[in-house]
Amino acid sequence: MYRYDEFDTDFVNARVAEFTDQVDRRLAGEITEDQFRPLRLMNGVYLQLHAYMLRIAIPYGTLNTGQLRMLAHIARKYDKGYGHFTTRQNIQFNWPALSDIPAILADLASVEMHAIQTSGNCIRNVTADHFAGAAADEVADPRPYAEILRQWSSVHPEFSFLPRKFKIAVTGAERDRAAIQTHDIGLHLKKNAEGELGFAVYVGGGQGRTPMIAKKIRDFLPEKHLLSYATAILRVYNLYGRRDNKYKARIKILVHETGTEEFARQVEAEWEALKDNELTLPEADIQAINAYFAPPELTARPEGDQAVKLARLDSKSFADWVDQNVITHRHPDYAAVTISLKGIGEAPGDASDSQMEAVADIADQYAFGEIRVSHEQNLILPHVARADLKAVYDALVEIELATPNSGLITDIIACPGLDYCALANARSISVAQDISTRFADLTRQRDIGELKLKISGCINACGHHHVGHIGILGVEKKGAELYQVTLGGSADEHTSVGEIIGRGFGPDEITDAIETVVETYLAQRLDKSENFLAAYRRLGPAPFKEALYGGEAKAA
Amino acid sequence: MKVLTANRLTDGEAVWFSPGKFWAETIAEADVVDDKAGEAELEAAGKAAFANNEVVDVELIDVELVDGDIRPIRLRERIRAAGPTNRLDLGKQARTAA
Ligand code: HEM
Ligand code: SF4
Repeated sequence: MYRYDEFDTDFVNARVAEFTDQVDRRLAGEITEDQFRPLRLMNGVYLQLHAYMLRIAIPYGTLNTGQLRMLAHIARKYDKGYGHFTTRQNIQFNWPALSDIPAILADLASVEMHAIQTSGNCIRNVTADHFAGAAADEVADPRPYAEILRQWSSVHPEFSFLPRKFKIAVTGAERDRAAIQTHDIGLHLKKNAEGELGFAVYVGGGQGRTPMIAKKIRDFLPEKHLLSYATAILRVYNLYGRRDNKYKARIKILVHETGTEEFARQVEAEWEALKDNELTLPEADIQAINAYFAPPELTARPEGDQAVKLARLDSKSFADWVDQNVITHRHPDYAAVTISLKGIGEAPGDASDSQMEAVADIADQYAFGEIRVSHEQNLILPHVARADLKAVYDALVEIELATPNSGLITDIIACPGLDYCALANARSISVAQDISTRFADLTRQRDIGELKLKISGCINACGHHHVGHIGILGVEKKGAELYQVTLGGSADEHTSVGEIIGRGFGPDEITDAIETVVETYLAQRLDKSENFLAAYRRLGPAPFKEALYGGEAKAA
Repeated sequence: MKVLTANRLTDGEAVWFSPGKFWAETIAEADVVDDKAGEAELEAAGKAAFANNEVVDVELIDVELVDGDIRPIRLRERIRAAGPTNRLDLGKQARTAA
């Protein structure tokens, strides 16, 4: 994986020193909150309901075991023994004291991590497919390009004060596991007819109060033009993006108001002037970055097939886990493993310090020391020999991280909601816990099949509810929590925004409502191969409305 | 009825202004006011403490008394006063249990 060079190290250390001084001055009363707030946000420090919160970037979701151990150390020493992995491949600590944050940032810097650009109107942590470098269907590893973008965008003088935050995601496969069409820029790495690498470029996706699906403005951008083209897009945005209204300031609004064709024309015109300047990526530089992401040497382990076969016979729970949480690797003797952070009835995305340490040990022993964080709030071991799957499974059982529910209804994405977040209208975690408990039975979950349920505690949509097959949005009505249900959203290569199905449900009605939706799907699907989303797309909202509101809907 | 709440600057801890003119760590110790004059007094105290860099995010919030206990009207403030509802081992609620 990428290692900091001297420049990176100096830069991050200098930032730690600078922010340490700023915190000291704030604590000494030498600067006011109004002066300090933007400074702390630039370093990932928010204030939530109970305490400060520190958001740490995990670039393109890739961690080595030293880094994961450091996160465990921080959780134990400065926080309350756990961390929350988020949909943006970040980790958040919910309880740090402001006075401890300089020490935390110094600890992070020692393992090449930081919290820079995890907030503010700049280019945020660049996210990527969590199976990058391992997936069988991948054209090329998207992470080197994410790293190039990260280097280019870090304290980029021209793009540090954009009209609003800016999020970029990259995928290297046809099957989009990085939700690129919900990002400000989505990049799909692919090969053209000549076998050259380049990107399909999507712009103007986003969630929040105005969800929009990104528009493709270029079908193939040769890889060497990545930075000049991104610069062109950001220049057009920086120039014309609205600064008068925070709710209209994202690039999605600009693309929408300008029109895709005209926006694309403006970008191309800007790019014409830029495209062969110093931003063109030399082949040697691309190769150099690529070298950092060279896959581990995967020696042949052909005994895996037999080992898995035998272990399956021996243990049904192992077989269930393999079926659900293990995916095909590009190397036939290996597999990629999803470690579910969605234990039944648990808070989605939370992991304890000792779990993080144990995962690091497992990764060192069986997975070449590499861990990924997925935007679905799970951890991934990208390269595990099939012959070692049983050992990995047994070790995960020990730490209660072997829940076999990847992609099922209990693999819920949920934002922190009103249990932590100062902006929330309603709780998310408690709803996720209730639904997870209701659908705990694995046979039932597997009968329901692939179902992406996503929950946000307010319209900011940090929990991706707009693009959940089933989405739940918490609102506040007359001082009480109320949950709106949306159906038919999706964040894959056929991205769609879910439709609100009708009036909302109270906290003690929402789980029943979800069960009604699921039962309606089960009754109406053509057969098991038609998953929830496909059935919804065929049926439309009517049968679900009828089931949820029945006579009430007709009377209205 | 209202109480004055904020987060302490140094560690972000949720705090409430008490009749003893200090920032208490539990809402039970908060100064409850039920008239404009009381509110004005609390607001002035909040402004001063903010200016003095003791606290941030200062806010007057609505409460009611239930069996003599101070209970915020909004769920948000009830959760601030207690801790995350999914982790009864964390936040203020963990102390009262102990
Ligand atoms: C203190 C906690 C948080 C605050 C204050 C916060 C704030 C916001 C705001 C204001 C937006 C709307 C931006 C817009 O529409 O322009 C937003 C969107 C978003 N946030 Fe958060 N958020 C928080 C926690 C999280 C967490 C925990 C996650 C991941 C689980 C997350 C991921 C996202 C995502 C994916 C979006 C929507 C994508 C988009 O930007 O369009 N946020 N957040
Ligand atoms: S969606 Fe709303 S409640 Fe949830 S984390 Fe984002 S801002 Fe907070």
